[in-house]
Amino acid sequence: MKPVRIIEGRGVPLERSDVDTDQIIPSEWLKRVERTGFGRGLFSEWRDDTTFVLNQPEYAGASILVGGARFGTGSSREHAVWALMDYGFEAIVASSYGDIFRNNSAKQGLVTVQLDHSDVEELNRLVKEDPSRLLVVDVERLTIEVPEAGWQRHFALDPMTQERLLQGWDDIGLSLRRDEEISRYELTSTAPSLAGVFDHEGHAR
Amino acid sequence: MAGKTLYEKIWENHVVVAPEGEQTLLYIDLHLVHEVTSPQAFDGLRLNGRGVRRPDLTLATADHNVPTSPLSTPIEDPISRRQLEALDENCAEFGITLFPRGHENQGIVHVIGPELGVTQPGMTIVCGDSHTSTHGALASLAFGIGTSEVEHVLATQTLPQQKAKTMAVVVEGTPPPGVTAKDIVLAIVGRLGTGGGAGYVIEYRGDAIMNLSMEGRMTVCNMSIEAGARAGLVAADETTIEYLRNKPGVPEGAAFDETAERWRTFVSDDDAVFDETVTIDAATLAPFVTWGTIPAQVVALDGVVPSPDTAVDADGRESLQRALDYMDLTPGTPLRSIGVDVVFIGSCTNSRIEDLRAAAAVAKGGTVSDRVRALVVPGSRRVKEQAEREGLDKIFQEAGFEWREPGCSMCLGMNPDILTPGQRCASTSNRNFEGRQGRGGRTHLVSPAVAAATALAGHFDAPKVPA
Ligand code: SF4
Repeated sequence: MKPVRIIEGRGVPLERSDVDTDQIIPSEWLKRVERTGFGRGLFSEWRDDTTFVLNQPEYAGASILVGGARFGTGSSREHAVWALMDYGFEAIVASSYGDIFRNNSAKQGLVTVQLDHSDVEELNRLVKEDPSRLLVVDVERLTIEVPEAGWQRHFALDPMTQERLLQGWDDIGLSLRRDEEISRYELTSTAPSLAGVFDHEGHAR
Repeated sequence: MAGKTLYEKIWENHVVVAPEGEQTLLYIDLHLVHEVTSPQAFDGLRLNGRGVRRPDLTLATADHNVPTSPLSTPIEDPISRRQLEALDENCAEFGITLFPRGHENQGIVHVIGPELGVTQPGMTIVCGDSHTSTHGALASLAFGIGTSEVEHVLATQTLPQQKAKTMAVVVEGTPPPGVTAKDIVLAIVGRLGTGGGAGYVIEYRGDAIMNLSMEGRMTVCNMSIEAGARAGLVAADETTIEYLRNKPGVPEGAAFDETAERWRTFVSDDDAVFDETVTIDAATLAPFVTWGTIPAQVVALDGVVPSPDTAVDADGRESLQRALDYMDLTPGTPLRSIGVDVVFIGSCTNSRIEDLRAAAAVAKGGTVSDRVRALVVPGSRRVKEQAEREGLDKIFQEAGFEWREPGCSMCLGMNPDILTPGQRCASTSNRNFEGRQGRGGRTHLVSPAVAAATALAGHFDAPKVPA
């Protein structure tokens, strides 16, 4: 994963709460075995509607999505994160998130900014007032700003996620360095091995 | 010192290392894999020259993409076929046991774990699927993960985790006749809301929960994620132990009794303290139906479609209105007067033998309404065969239900079983999101008994309960 420190870009006001991962990327897109190319499927059912915000020319090329409450609930599909990033989003702003979605975002370097509902509303207003306004998310200082409007807020992020984003750490690489501890744990592990349960064709022994 | 919750006990048993200021590295006892969320993870392993640490703690099945038409019919969608082939290849390459389409042990991942006895009390279980919470019914800590985490578990058999808060959801008393496990969990989701459980692991407690069968407990734990909680648990008791006896994955004879003794310890201590407690009086419950596009939008079957004015703020009004528009419903309409086009009995929420028995008891001797297409999709081949031994397939078919091969089917639009735009469906699945069952489809979540009665009536209905 690439380190992420500053994200600068324009915003898109989604103005919807309870945007679940089935809306972000409908399941027909989940048949693919690749990790790329999901941007075309992002919000695909809503994009058929010409009035949908992502179809408005003034928001083309924006990289910060301003969502509502409970963004990314539902299915665990990491495809939702891939779709948002493939489309060009680098950060999401919302008042709350689905747990698994937030986790998946951190693994991919998609920054999830959590603000109070009223601050999200304000940000929506600022973006709608002038869609060309630049937004700045600073992962080191944990701030989001609209410099041109003199608007700034702090947001919380657990220190581990922040560090991971800033360093671009590969979680798996980190855990693999714990090989010795894992092996030691396995000596007393009670996990029942399946080797004695099924034969090589999966039939119960 | 206060006692420990079940969650804390399982957590502590699985700590590999807990470095100061970092996430705890948790050992994973069982990793369940299916075709949708794994191909990119296996690719990641190959790219980095990594292997699967414990193929013997990893088990794969094909479920989301498989057609539920007879096994002799080919998989027509080339992209689905490719994904299933990728699972075959990946499991062969990394030495993972796989139950492909047609295999005697194949089925929905959350149905086969418990029925094969590989889900056991005290274990940590993960799967790239949010309904992994189902396995918590057997007192295991089970939660859904994303594909990056699937890759992580494949490579290390561990996951870096933050400890969750604990919530006790206590359902006390005796539910009125006709109220099923599905109605209990719909009531819980309605009460907590879709975000109420976020950050928590829920333990379901109280006599209305402990009196449920294993299948019923699985239905409840299954929908924990619909309340925002990654995991739901029920303490181990004699129901759990009797359910597991003689299952392929558990020891036999004296060894079983020894293991069962250990399982009995997977309960919260009497003096354990939960961060949050929610109590529900079972006597207030009724058969429920969702009317909207999030699972918390629940009303009693005898109720009416709510008005947006019931929302607390303008935002809420707007989202209720959007849900009403999508569902094509008018406030004040009695649920019982709403006609349906499709009835789906299946999914990891309600496709186990007990669910099929409940639906068959209602369907027996009846006829599916002319306006309805009704599907029954067993959760696994083992469930299907059991049902056929009991003659349930005949009951369904004689009443005009389709009897299909096991898989996720119409729970989500990834296989040929989908709604067409505008179709209204009474479904025993777990998500009524826009387009979940196919683009433009309208989903109402119900119990198997309500689904079967609705299929016969052509509109929402429940079986008559003896007075
Ligand atoms: S039945 Fe539905 S919810 Fe369950 S695993 Fe399959 S797709 Fe997911």
